[in-house]
Amino acid sequence: MTATGYPAGQPAPQHLGEVIVEARGLEKYFGDNHVLRGVDLDVHRREAVMIIGRSGSGKTTLLRCLNFLEEPTVGSVEVDGLRVEADPLRARSRAHQEQIRQIRLRASMLFQEFALFPHMTVLGNCIEAPTRVRGIGRDEAVTLADKFLDKVGLRDKRDEYPARLSGGQKQRVAIARALCMEPKVLLFDEPTSALDPELIGEVLKVMEELAHEGTTMIVVTHEMHFAREAADRVIFMEDGVIAEQGPPEQVLNNPHDPRTRNFLRRFLET
Amino acid sequence: MAGGGVQRVGTIDEIGVPTRAAILDEIVAAQRRRRRWFRGQFAFVWIVLVGIVGVFLWSAGRISWEFIFTSGPYILGGAGVTILVSAVAMVMAIGLALLGALGRLSVNAIFNAVASLYVSLVRGTPLLVQIWFIFYALPQADIVLDAIPAGIIALGFNYGAYMTEIFRAGIQAVPRSQREAAQALGLPERLVFRRIVLPQAVRIVIPAIGNDFVAMIKDSALVSVIAIQELLWRATRVGRSERQLLAAIAIAAVVYWILTIIFSYFQDKLEKRMARGDR
Repeated sequence: MTATGYPAGQPAPQHLGEVIVEARGLEKYFGDNHVLRGVDLDVHRREAVMIIGRSGSGKTTLLRCLNFLEEPTVGSVEVDGLRVEADPLRARSRAHQEQIRQIRLRASMLFQEFALFPHMTVLGNCIEAPTRVRGIGRDEAVTLADKFLDKVGLRDKRDEYPARLSGGQKQRVAIARALCMEPKVLLFDEPTSALDPELIGEVLKVMEELAHEGTTMIVVTHEMHFAREAADRVIFMEDGVIAEQGPPEQVLNNPHDPRTRNFLRRFLET
Repeated sequence: MAGGGVQRVGTIDEIGVPTRAAILDEIVAAQRRRRRWFRGQFAFVWIVLVGIVGVFLWSAGRISWEFIFTSGPYILGGAGVTILVSAVAMVMAIGLALLGALGRLSVNAIFNAVASLYVSLVRGTPLLVQIWFIFYALPQADIVLDAIPAGIIALGFNYGAYMTEIFRAGIQAVPRSQREAAQALGLPERLVFRRIVLPQAVRIVIPAIGNDFVAMIKDSALVSVIAIQELLWRATRVGRSERQLLAAIAIAAVVYWILTIIFSYFQDKLEKRMARGDR
């Protein structure tokens, strides 16, 4: 098995493009706690990768390392041609910070708790970064925001403050806000875990549409049904390494690794 | 019930709805009466207590109307100086507190050490000592300040240290996910702070800053020791010379009280307005 997740010699599925995210040898310590123990990961353009595993398996840490919200202890991440080496001792140097910022422009993160800016309207949330970081004019940013708010079905809420939205609406605005930066990859960190059950569907629907349209995404999730529907590849993590990966039918229905089987059995029981 | 039997009035459906509404009305009205009664008692207690103290002091204290009318306006004129000194010192304190908070949260050892030393030193010594130090002690080192600048600097410096901790707590109270979301959108650090963290921190600290301003108005009485002609200085001056200290100090106290009530009122308004966006 290669880092691409597809067996050696066997090419990735036809509809996928070239490799756009390339992580090598990622390791992360929190103090003495060895959370990531060497992860290689390749993600292709237009691929939807879902990461599953029990809590504490390192899946969220892996995702956060991909755009350096956590600085890996060692390893490198390349996104769309920009390669950044982990450098924890000089993590705050200006040059390194700027590289990390460039990585984040390519790979945007969505959070479990949405993290909309409460002091700005929905529209304000969406145009803040485009106008201040991408240097596009306000009018253009608003057009862009309207387009993506339309996509998540919330254009009529553009003048509301986040406090007046439901959890599902907040997460959809957060998705629109990320799309306004037109990143190459979307990283989702358990995007539905903080939602009431009846609100999960609307968020997953938006994500599924994005996946079908060919948005490259890496999703940490507990929604097995969603993974089965929308994933090109499912990764199962355990003890800080990728224990098993492959097409969803294989990993979810017919796992080779006993740890995967054990996890899925317990997961389906609860 | 007369006759002992249960008199049939109607089915639940026939009488239920209007009766229920009437009961609700009655409960609401009773609650309103109770609140009004509470407010009435409350005001009564205040008036009686303040009245007793006033009458006692008036009768026992040989207070002259003439003093109140001739020297009252002079004392009152000190309120302007009190407000001026407090307001300028507050602006200075807010600036110092913002810098101090950034220092206390900085990973730069030098910046952090300077800010921590400032907070420790200023909070560890009495404000009165600081006022003396700046106005009476520094001239020996050829640093001579006029009274009003010295008083403003002492108050601003002192409150800046206390408010450093308020700002630090306010900045830390902004959820980490807010920073991270801004970073994930590619905002550079200074914009993350200026556009996302600071506005939310300011909202959090406004009540505490308001409290400190009210406290500053009262602590500004301490600068009377360096002959700044504010409320207390004027009250003690005319009070002593006319042998009417009781009336003079009482007037000053009442003016401080009224000033703090006025500012608390505006602070309350401001807080309510700031909170509106959260709903």
